[in-house]
This record gives sequence, C-alpha cells and structure tokens, in this order.
Amino acid sequence: MEPMKLVKMANEIAAFFSADPDRAAALEGVAQHLKRFWDPRMRTELLVWVDQHGGAGLVPLALDAVRARRTDLTPR
Amino acid sequence: MRCADEHDLGTPARTDGKPVTVEVDGVPVTVPEGTSVMRAAAEAGVSIPKLCATDALEAFGSCRLCLVEVEGRRGYPASCTTLVAPGMKVRTQSKKLAELRRGVMELYISDHPLDCLTCPANGHCELQDMAGAVGLREVRYGTTGADHLEQAQDASNPYFTFDPTKCIVCSRCVRACDEVQGTFALTIEGRGFGSAVSAGGTPFMDSECVSCGACVQACPTSTLMEKSLIEHGQPDHSVVTTCAYCGVGCSFRAEMQGAEVVRMVPNADGGANHGHSCVKGRFAWGYATHPDRITKPMIRRSIDDPWREVTWDEAVDHAASEFKRIQAAHGRGAVGGITSSRCTNEEVYLVQKLVRAAFGNNNVDTCARVCHSPTGYGLKQTLGESAGTQDFDSVEDADVVMLIGANPTDAHPVFASQMKQRLREGAQLIVVDPRVIDLVRTPHVEAAVHVALRPGTNVAVANALAHVIVTEGLAKEDFVRARCEAPAYAQWKAFITDPKNSPETLADAIGVPAERLRDAARLYAGARNAAIYYGLGVTEHSQGSTMVIAIANLAMVTGNLGRRGVGVNPLRGQNNVQGSCDMGSFPHELPGYRHVSDPAVRALFESAWDVKLHAEPGLRIPNMFDAALDGSFRGLYVQGEDIAQSDPDTEHVEAALRAMECIVVQDLFMNETARFAHVFLPGSSFLEKDGTFTNAERRISRVRKVMPPRAGLSEWEATAALSEALGYPMRYAHPSEIMDEIARLTPTFHGVSYAKLDRLGSLQWPCNDAAPEGTPTMHVDEFVRGKGKFLLTEYVPTEERATARFPLLLTTGRILSQYNVGAQTRRTENSRWHEEDLLELHPHDAEQRGIRDGDRVSVTSRAGETVLGARLAERMQPGVVYTTFHHPMSGANVVTTENSDWATNCPEYKVTAVQVALASSPAAWQARFAEFRDQQASLLPGATPAPAPAAPAAPPAPARTGAR
Repeated sequence: MEPMKLVKMANEIAAFFSADPDRAAALEGVAQHLKRFWDPRMRTELLVWVDQHGGAGLVPLALDAVRARRTDLTPR
Repeated sequence: MRCADEHDLGTPARTDGKPVTVEVDGVPVTVPEGTSVMRAAAEAGVSIPKLCATDALEAFGSCRLCLVEVEGRRGYPASCTTLVAPGMKVRTQSKKLAELRRGVMELYISDHPLDCLTCPANGHCELQDMAGAVGLREVRYGTTGADHLEQAQDASNPYFTFDPTKCIVCSRCVRACDEVQGTFALTIEGRGFGSAVSAGGTPFMDSECVSCGACVQACPTSTLMEKSLIEHGQPDHSVVTTCAYCGVGCSFRAEMQGAEVVRMVPNADGGANHGHSCVKGRFAWGYATHPDRITKPMIRRSIDDPWREVTWDEAVDHAASEFKRIQAAHGRGAVGGITSSRCTNEEVYLVQKLVRAAFGNNNVDTCARVCHSPTGYGLKQTLGESAGTQDFDSVEDADVVMLIGANPTDAHPVFASQMKQRLREGAQLIVVDPRVIDLVRTPHVEAAVHVALRPGTNVAVANALAHVIVTEGLAKEDFVRARCEAPAYAQWKAFITDPKNSPETLADAIGVPAERLRDAARLYAGARNAAIYYGLGVTEHSQGSTMVIAIANLAMVTGNLGRRGVGVNPLRGQNNVQGSCDMGSFPHELPGYRHVSDPAVRALFESAWDVKLHAEPGLRIPNMFDAALDGSFRGLYVQGEDIAQSDPDTEHVEAALRAMECIVVQDLFMNETARFAHVFLPGSSFLEKDGTFTNAERRISRVRKVMPPRAGLSEWEATAALSEALGYPMRYAHPSEIMDEIARLTPTFHGVSYAKLDRLGSLQWPCNDAAPEGTPTMHVDEFVRGKGKFLLTEYVPTEERATARFPLLLTTGRILSQYNVGAQTRRTENSRWHEEDLLELHPHDAEQRGIRDGDRVSVTSRAGETVLGARLAERMQPGVVYTTFHHPMSGANVVTTENSDWATNCPEYKVTAVQVALASSPAAWQARFAEFRDQQASLLPGATPAPAPAAPAAPPAPARTGAR
C-alpha cells in the first residue's frame, strides 16, 4: 500500500479528532480509530513509515498518536 | 386489477377514533369513528356491490352501485361516502335497491364490449362480478346508439396497455395516480358521455406517468392491464415475496402459472409499501429469465483464456484449491470476500462465516462500504446503533421533513409517495441538495426552503443550522439534559456557538444566503415533530461520517428522537444492504455490529462455529485493491457485487483485479467484475430463493422461491459447498436453519424465525424478549448506548476543489427506471427510459463551452476521462454537473477519485473536480473498455472468437527539417 495514501488517511482521521480541545483525548481518538479499523498490514506500514522516514507528511496529532500508542498499534 | 387473493374492503381503514357500533342487515359490527358504511358492512361479512370504491383510495361516490337504505333516513345514500353513526341500522338488499343497481349496471354494459370470453380480465373482472351480483339479465338500450367501442388502444408503455373501449370511467386510475403515487399524471377529460381517462392528452409513454402500476392495479376491468397478463392469462396461484431492488423492500405477490411469473402485484399487507410499487419492482423482473443469465459454473486459468463449463464440484474444488494455494504462499490474509447487498441475510451470513471460519481472517466487506458505511459509523458513535431510528410510517406524523442529499422520487419511489402524501396534508419540507430535485416543486408539494449548497459543504450547513438552533434558544434543553451525556453536550455547545459556525461566516463557502440557513434551522427546530431523511449525498463525501454525526447532533439538540414523526432516517439504497451490514459483512464487526476484538463476542462465535477467530480488523474493499497492487492480497470471492463498475477510480480497480491470482465471482450475469474472474459460480435471482431481506427501516421480510434455481444450486448451497471444499463444512438443510443460527448468536435478531415471519408478515429488529414483535421506533426511553453523545463536527473542506484546470464539480446519482449498475434493469424494458447515462449541466456552463443539448462531451478529472451525451438542465446550478452510473460504458467511475470518508473510506462520489468540453470521439478508456468487453465475450462458451485486434497504425514519418 502506498505510504502516502496511509499518511493521507491518517491525517484525515486526525483532522476529525483535532476538533477536541483536549489533546490527550484527541490523540487517543486517533490511535483507537487506527487500531479498531485498520488491517494489521496497514498499521505495520504506517509504523515502518514513522520509523524509517520520521512519519514525513503526517500532521503532528497523527504522528504523536502513532508514537504514543505504538505498542497498541503493533500487530501481535 | 389487484390480486384476486386479496379481499377489498371498499374504503380505507380508519385507525383512530372512538368505536361506533352499527347494524348491517341485522349483524352488529363495531368500527372506529370515520369508517364508511361500506367498510363496516365488509367487516361484518356483508359485501355491498361497488365499482368506483376500493380500499386503497378515498371514497368517491360516483358509480352509484353501492346504495343502501338507512333506517330513519330518506333516499338511498352511497355506502362508500356515508360514515357510520352510533346506532345506525343499514339494509343492503331490498327490491328497490336491486332495481337501482340493475339500472346502473345496465347503463355500464350498454357501452361496454360483450367479449367476456376472450377478454384478458375474464375470470377476474369486477364489472363482470357486479353484473352477476346484481342479477343483470338484459340491456334494454340496444346497440345502435353512440358508444366508445371503436376507440384506439394505447400500447405505448412497454408494460401495460390502455384500452378505452373497456373503460367505465370510475376514475380509480386517476385517483390512484393522485392519492397513492402523487404524480397526478392522469385526469378525466371532457364531461358527461364525453368523459374519458387521459394521460395529459398524450400516449402514456410520452406523459408524466412514471409506470408505478398504481392505475393498473386500481382498474376494475381490463382497461389498464399488464401485457404479461394479457399474454399468459390468469394466474393459478400467488406467492408473497420481497422486491430485490431498493431499500424500501416492497412486498409483492408473485402471481404464477406453474413456475412462470405472470405478473408481480404489490401486496396490500406489505409493511413497507402498503400495496404500492414502482416501475422496477412491479414490472422489471424479466431479467431473472434473460438469455444473458449464466447458469453453469465455469473456470479458467487466466483471464485471457476461454471459459470452460464444468460441474459444480469441479468449480468449487478448483476455487478452494486456488485459495488454499494462495494462502499457503502469501499468508492467511492474502484472500478475502465481498458479500452482496442484493443477496439474502442467510446467504450473506454464510459468506462472512466462510471468510472468518474457512479463510481464517476478517477480510470481508460489502457494498455498504461505498454507500452507507458512514451511517453505520456515525449513528453507532452518537446513538449506539448502526441503523435508522424509525419506520417509514413514522413520516405520517412528521410536521417538518428535512431531506438532505437524497432524491427519493427516483431512488426510493414508494417511500417518496408516502412522504408526498404527508406533505400534501400540510407537513413542510426543507431540501438540502445542490440540485433542484423533483420534490422541491412537484404537483401539490413545494419545499418551504431549498438549501442549494455547493457540493462538499454538508457539514458547514449542519453546523450553521445547529449554531442557529443553540444561539436562538431553540434547543430542547430538557430532552438533552435527560437523555444525553452532559460533558459531551457542554463541549459541543461551546464548539457550535463559536461564530466560525454561524450562517454568516459559512454562507460564502456553502453558496447559500445566511438568511436561508436561518430559515431552515428555525423551521426544523420549531416543529412539533421534525424528521431528517438522508441519502448518499450525505455519506459519499470525505466528511460523510462527520455529517451523519452532525445530523444526529441536530436530532438530539431538538429532541427529535424516540417517538413517531421524528428521527434520523438513512435511506438505505439496496434491498438488503441493511441486512448485509447486520450480518457482519464488515472487516471490523461480527454479526450484530460487535467488534472482532471483543473477546466475549468472539468466544460466542468461536463456540458456535467451532473455530478460532481472528481478533484484528481486516481489509475494507478499497484497501483490498491497494493490497492487491502491492502483492499482499491475491484472492477474492465476490458474491453479487460489481466492483469494477460501481467502485470509484475504475482504472485503479481494474489494475487491482488484474493483479489478483484468483477471483471467484458468484452472480447472475457476466458483469464487469466477472470479466476479470477465474471462476464463475452462477447465482440465483430473488425469484429462485428462500431467505430474508432487511430494508431501510430494519424490516426483515421473507423472500420466497417461486421457481427452481436455474443454476441447479441455491446460492447458499454454493457457498456452503465452497466452504466444505476449503475444509470448513457448513451443514444446513434450509435457509430457515441459517436464520435460527443468526437468531441464536445475534441479540437484535433473537426473536426472529421463519415461523414468526410467516405469522406476522415482517419484523423490525431489534426483535427480542423485550420486543417480541419487533421495534418500529428506536431509542424510545433511552438510546441504545444509554445516553446520546454529541460529537464535535469541525467543517474540513474536501481537498477536491474546483481549480482553473478542473473548474466544475461533478456529482453522481441514480434515476427511477434504472437501478445502480443496471445489471438487472438494463435487461428489461426499463432501458427504454434511459438508454444511456448523460451529463447534466446548467445552460450557462454549456454556453461557455459551446455545448448544445445532445452534444457528445468529454468529462475529465485528475483520475481519468470519459465521454457522455450532454443534457442541459436548469435544475443544475452553475458550476455543478451531474451524471448517473447505470451503464458500464459511461465510465462515470473512471472520473471519480480515490478521495473518501475519513472514518470508513466511503468514496467521495459526490465531489469530483472536472472539466467538460466538446468531444469528437469516445475516450481512450471507452475504446479499451469496448475492446476488452468484446474480447471477454468471445471467451464465453459457444461464442464466436473475436477478430484479431487491428495492427497499430505506423507512426508518422519524422518531419523533414531541411538540414542535411
């Protein structure tokens, strides 16, 4: 899957949750959405993109959500 | 003519009103106040002769056949227009009444052909019945006077004829078109002897008639009659079943001669349609026996190889071995399935069970992905359940209807007729749509407010409405306090009252004056009962889920939930898309909308299915395509879906399909997706199966087999056979056993069974111990999630914007006569109304480009290009163009992009930036499509090999430069 497509999708998710003035809640919203709705290979690719490319293109909320909840998002 | 198996009680039922007891021929009967004497008599078992009265229409009192005597009253009143009164004593037979009735019949028969024995209504004609009932023995008027027996038939409509020589001018047809359908296409022209039914002075086919069949059904003679009935003769039995077209889920009686359908007549007891229909369900069922039907399984190694007809065993074994090979080589997640929103609940349940239990993953999805998946997400988050809150009948109590991004007169016609009835009674209408849809102004209906927004600005509109409601003190704070989470409401209130959400701030972006937005908000919030109905104009956007949430917010803040007349009503498109979702056809949810990660839910299914289930969500359909292109997804089982035509960015989809190693298509026809397939499993139409569909109002209805499956196996048997070959047996003797399993495992279906459905006709889920006969209205005392939850809906403009290169916005939709990808309707006479998809554009945009009506035009986006015929239409706004997607060659989805809803990946079909220009030849894609289609057609068994493609033209010789 093209990484930039995943970046775009993650950013759009972040755009919805960024309306929440409570940043911690917004971050949790993004992370939970990725966990509950993204197939493991998509999450893995996003994690790889963050590891290898610093998550280039991700908006701060999306990048922070992936980093903060990395363990949760990593497929078992 | 209505179905002979139905008993016509003469005038409509009255359900409100205190009981009134009368006596009819000495028999006491108690009926609600407002009931006619005719109906009271019928309920007492006394039939009063009648011709102009029928219980589908209000009484008219013209035929004068139904006269009665009422003790203490003078004269002989018509029983259809006389209402019961306490203590009334009615006599329905007397010497004088008999004399009057025979006189009336004598007049009718004096101007009527006496060809009963060869008339197509022979054996089922109300005029014939009444002549017999009144004891008519002679017609003293002779045969030499003026009559209407030489008038020409109108056979212009492909489905029914109008024979004026048989007409008794009872006006039932006119009243049916008015009262039931709401089109007002018919009238009685002239007066006295010159009175005649007219379709506006033109043949039916050229008139405003929408071929719903209401007039045909109402006609007591053979004046208006189905051509199929004329051809075949009277049916010998009928079977009640459910339509396989749209999400209204009309109940029909299939009238049969043996295993052949004579006609489909709407069932008067249908919970969703109450005896009405549209052109598709009523007449367009011939695709089931079309010559294009593929009835033998086929396999091939590659898509360039000819198809080979094989046995079911060979086809299923081959498919299974391919899936197993792919999984062995590329992992468990390398295969998946797509369930059909056209197939039954039972069939869909088995496909998702196969994916989960036999494939061992959650790579299962359904066409709701591309239509109402945002509804599932948004309503689950806010109210707690992924479905609409009301039944269709709820509209009868609505005072204000807000219609957002939906065009029900085309896409849900029978419900639209019901809505129009309420609107004609005085309910007010707000339309939120870029186009002037029919409901904005139609006979006797006019929208109070039309918010003709710019495509892509739905959330801005909803936020502006909510801003007005809260800042002008129109919120129902008591309701919110009692029923909704307080912290979430407080947070939302602070958000929505921000001036950035005011109509004045958002008006420019929306393209509608602020005052109109304020008018809409005040009208909606100020109503006693206000209901929102919405369609794909809400969901098929990059903020589709956000808009559904915003709609739920509006309903909660105005207290418009939990009773009749209000609610959030998604108009689900397909006959069983609701059911398909209910059955767990989502990569993240098991049946009943329970997340796959929930250990308790998984344990329940693991125990029942005796298999370990995967806890991670699987791939959605768009993700499947991306994964196919990167090589991690290589096998697909497609049940009854045509993703190559219906999904956006066609060239991307085609590339993904080509990249896969094994595509198994189970369908009726060789559709666009099947051209990329390696295994074809022939499917069954709705006429060939037993099962259930669930419509847009959560109504589960029976589908009943009226003919054996032409492919030899039922669809569920084919899926079970495939599952067995994969190593996971599924043992059922009948679809009712599948439903029993669904009921055991799915709380909202707990009380559903075929026996109960047979007894009650249909059931709306939740159907469980708390609601054993189903639930028409949800969230009555509390929301499914307990307290309703307001969520923030920041307006995020779509990235798809008009630019200098692509200055117009394309939006897509449907029309009445064709249905979705057209696989069914294109194979019926409905194609006479819509032979091709056209591009509608405003005359201003056309003039700027030198385009006239009928010109061929290219439609180009950043995704691709197609060529269509142009139709100039004032109902479009400048800057917005529109087309449909019913014909594969149109390539509407070649142009749509990969943009999608942030939460669900529902494609943003409704906003694509395009340029339109005159075109002199088909688009390159269309040429490739035609070539591929022809090539694939030549690979079918018995086909003539396609001619070799023409050698490419030699490149032009390089220009001479003069240099040596």
